[in-house]
Amino acid sequence: MSGDHEHGHDHAHPHPFQPDDDAGGLTEHMALVAAVRELLIEGGIYTAEDERRAIERMDARSPAAGARMVARAWVDPAYRDRLLADGSAAARELGIEVGPTRLIVVEDTAEVKNVIVCTLCSCYPRWVLGLPPAWYKARAYRARVVVEPRAVLAEFGTELPEGMAVRVHDSTADMRYMVLPARPEGTEGWGEEALAAIVSRDCMIGVAMPDPAQSAA
Amino acid sequence: MSAEPIGPHDLGGAQAGPVELHEHAVAHWEKQVDAMMTLLSERGHLKVDELRRGIETLGEDAYERLSYYERWAQSMTTILLEKGIVTPGAITAKVAEIKARQP
Repeated sequence: MSGDHEHGHDHAHPHPFQPDDDAGGLTEHMALVAAVRELLIEGGIYTAEDERRAIERMDARSPAAGARMVARAWVDPAYRDRLLADGSAAARELGIEVGPTRLIVVEDTAEVKNVIVCTLCSCYPRWVLGLPPAWYKARAYRARVVVEPRAVLAEFGTELPEGMAVRVHDSTADMRYMVLPARPEGTEGWGEEALAAIVSRDCMIGVAMPDPAQSAA
Repeated sequence: MSAEPIGPHDLGGAQAGPVELHEHAVAHWEKQVDAMMTLLSERGHLKVDELRRGIETLGEDAYERLSYYERWAQSMTTILLEKGIVTPGAITAKVAEIKARQP
């Protein structure tokens, strides 16, 4: 049999499939960050424990929060109205903290597709979606989605029907947008949990649309 | 069709290639930068607007060259120095100490 790899050893040891985050060695900026961090801790500005907790809170935030809000809005028209009227209050209603910035929820319909961006930096509804993907912060998305949203969405595999209007919302420092996607056909009678499971991060950024076929339900 | 960009950060409508869909895991040192910003802002030492000012005045070359959290790190250091929360001498000494600690 031809089980041998080109490097020809047996597999008594596991292969690392992803190098450790910091395996590339210490860059100048990493050294700078480590230095400032230690000075702040030594100066009593914050403690290592404060930092650990902050990172833990950051890691705990995920698109599941936003998806829960979307699913609720799909099954409860009164909640949908409150969500569109005041996103921050509607999030808190479900026990989801959204921080000091105002959350504005924009609703997709059969005629309108919404997309969010921050052309000037990377403002993102991280309280309800977690940390932004790399592409959201990078040049190409920020530069192009405001002038050719259809072409950009096509790069994500999202082809919009000819007559559909596209609204691109550019965030500011004081508010964050989130997209309330349109509830897809074929989800009639689904419970909130099953609905939330098809609402991905990209659906709430607006570059994708929920697909009932993606569900295990 | 649009006004002149107000700085290298003003990317709306700029020329750019395809969206790079590759997702990067956030490295631990990047999370430390993020946490630093959160903690400094919660404690009233640094505002998000100040972070942005620091990023928007990096200059075009640095803005294009630095990674996302490198820009944050650069900006936060500048503002902390301005406020006297850290000093240039202390940073230089600490950086040397950290490099010496490397295996």
